[in-house]
Amino acid sequence: MEVFIKSATAISPQQTFSGHLPDAVTGVSGNRLSCIEPDYKEYIEAGIRRRMSRIIKMGVAAAVKCLQESGISQPDAIITATGLGCLADTEVFMNSILENNESLTSPTAFIQSTFNTIGAQIALMLKNHNYNFTYVHRGLSFESALLDAMMQISNNEASNILIGGIDELTDNSYAIMQRMGFWKSKLADHKNLYASNTRGSIAGEGSTFFVLSKQSSGNDPRITGLSTFYKPSGNEEVESRISNFLISKGLKPSDIDLVILGKSGDYKLDAPYRFVQNNMLKELSYVCFKHLCGEYHTSSAFAIWLGSAILKNQEVPVAAVPQNSNIPVNLALKRILIYNHYRNINHTLILLEK
Amino acid sequence: MAYIFLVPQIIELSMSVKIYVTGLGMVSGIGLDVPQTLDAIKNSRSGIGELTLFDSVHKGNLPVCEVKASNQKLKEDLQITKTTSRTALLGIMAAKEALVSAGIVQSPVRTGLISSTSVGGMDMSEKFYGIYKKDSAKGKLRNMISHDCGDSTERIADYLGIKDYVSTISTACSSAANAIMFGARLIKNGFLDRVVVGGTDSLTKFTLNGFNALMIVDKGGCKPFDENRAGLTLGEAAGYIVLESEQIVKKNNKKIYCELKGYGNANDAYHQTASSPEGNGPFMSMKLTLDMSGLAIDNIDYVNVHGTGTPNNDLSEGKALIRLFGEKVPKFSSSKAYTGHTLGAAGGIEAVLSVMCIEHQMIIPNLNFTTPITELGLIPETKFLQPVPVNNVMSNSFGFGGNVSSLIFSRV
Repeated sequence: MEVFIKSATAISPQQTFSGHLPDAVTGVSGNRLSCIEPDYKEYIEAGIRRRMSRIIKMGVAAAVKCLQESGISQPDAIITATGLGCLADTEVFMNSILENNESLTSPTAFIQSTFNTIGAQIALMLKNHNYNFTYVHRGLSFESALLDAMMQISNNEASNILIGGIDELTDNSYAIMQRMGFWKSKLADHKNLYASNTRGSIAGEGSTFFVLSKQSSGNDPRITGLSTFYKPSGNEEVESRISNFLISKGLKPSDIDLVILGKSGDYKLDAPYRFVQNNMLKELSYVCFKHLCGEYHTSSAFAIWLGSAILKNQEVPVAAVPQNSNIPVNLALKRILIYNHYRNINHTLILLEK
Repeated sequence: MAYIFLVPQIIELSMSVKIYVTGLGMVSGIGLDVPQTLDAIKNSRSGIGELTLFDSVHKGNLPVCEVKASNQKLKEDLQITKTTSRTALLGIMAAKEALVSAGIVQSPVRTGLISSTSVGGMDMSEKFYGIYKKDSAKGKLRNMISHDCGDSTERIADYLGIKDYVSTISTACSSAANAIMFGARLIKNGFLDRVVVGGTDSLTKFTLNGFNALMIVDKGGCKPFDENRAGLTLGEAAGYIVLESEQIVKKNNKKIYCELKGYGNANDAYHQTASSPEGNGPFMSMKLTLDMSGLAIDNIDYVNVHGTGTPNNDLSEGKALIRLFGEKVPKFSSSKAYTGHTLGAAGGIEAVLSVMCIEHQMIIPNLNFTTPITELGLIPETKFLQPVPVNNVMSNSFGFGGNVSSLIFSRV
């Protein structure tokens, strides 16, 4: 099972919409990262744009740009993924129930609060009648969408699939998760996020889309492996999963040129990453990405965007390299392993190849 | 423990692998399990009644179809002490019944759970949110941790000891049919041998007010496919089926309820909430499913229609039925006048009901029907029929965002 990444588009807390990750990291002086939104005018018509909430605009704009860059006007399937869906719309409707005592509520926010709204809006804009799915499973949301797409492409049920992971942070979701202890209580400096010995991560969000294809248009990177696992019994299981994953691809750790780790900065939750770095993946060069996009359910989509850009440009962006990590200068980048987990519950392994 | 991960054991993908239904479980307003459900169906006993689960200005005004068990009772029956959303409790109850009916105690084969929901743990979050809104330092966080859709799925999986693959789908009212489809794909592609698939949704203030704001709730209770229908009745439920590969079924010489012979998903791409007047999407999903099954139109003995009772859905779906079947529209009925519209669970409980129609050679009556829709002239089945030959059943589930799905179950 392998698919080519024909195009990749990310709206993230960094200036990534242009396709490149700039050297300078933006907006990480606090423990909350917000997306740098593009000018939507170019991507969404005024009439429908006005009715859309922020997450819908982020989703639709990234999807439209991604399709434009792929040269595919009508994908054979549209598959979206989100951990929490259209949160702001959900809050608007909940507020309206409370404020109006269940009367005179407007249905607009209710309609838009549905988890498949973004996938549906894309289909509506394109007049696309094809397969349309939305996965909503925590840290496996995007991974489920990717597996679905990879199966359909491998079985020749589809040639080109639009797939995206979208999550938004609202003031309330940030505040509630802060109370749950998800975020650092002290402001984190991105430069030593991964060196801290405190609990909590930095909150993030993003909209990342890909057109996955059966065929390459030349220099396209490939996704050649995907494996997920649920609630591992300990670090040893994590390591054995990684080992089995590489063996199933006929690889050994030294065949991996670069590892992208989903370290979140939470000292306790990052233990599995430290374990594999001290054992099986020792000696391997690595980069991190959550100081760039923050922690959220569909963040592995951002990791794939980053990995795909690295393979394409044969260059590791300075902004992705954490302190204490050394990337050899003339590194030939053929194979990247992504290891990410969400709160040590949903774990993901992805193999990217040139 | 054996490590099973997502690399197919069967290297050559065999899309022709047959998928069998080996277990059923459901809980809804008409019964806490499959036998109670069957009894209600036979006796035309609807579960629709007055709202009791939460305080609401709509109490006594908008009828609903509640599961007749409090959270406390569900927790006692399931021996759960932790704070758990009603969505998860209903899901655990139905998925457990499905696994038990499939005769599965210990699970030596690769087993997954694909569940769907449209509200997730909203029944708990809305308790939290009112208090939080007044004072952001208040509100019990344990009522908020189950807000996301994945929570109910992981609680069901943990309760049942399912670990090899879990995922959740949310495409509004077609969600559970899509969960069944994804589960079947995972077996066909060699990732799993067995998968529990379906959906769960509890009744919430959020959805009740949402549909009320859309002005598509019938104050007199839903009347699917009737000329005087005035909207849906909201319900709550959970319904799961167990799918197993041909190989595992043969090896274990298992009882088979039927085969999942076809599935199809498309998008109406007409409007965020309304169906196209010509029924384009519904026609496409039914056609795709029929084509996949390899059956002819006259092989379909019964269609369990989506039939919500909204003016828009029933007209659009009826037109699609006529487009696909022409003069020969099979016997059809909506079971929603029994159970209410259970949103993310609808495709799950209706899959269970469709399989029951094959198992018991019966057809479910469409309650509350008196007058055919003028533009269609279609008359659903209004009497409980048994025995009647039922070899192939089509089940439709359509949702917001133009999401349309169909399934075909066939007698083995």
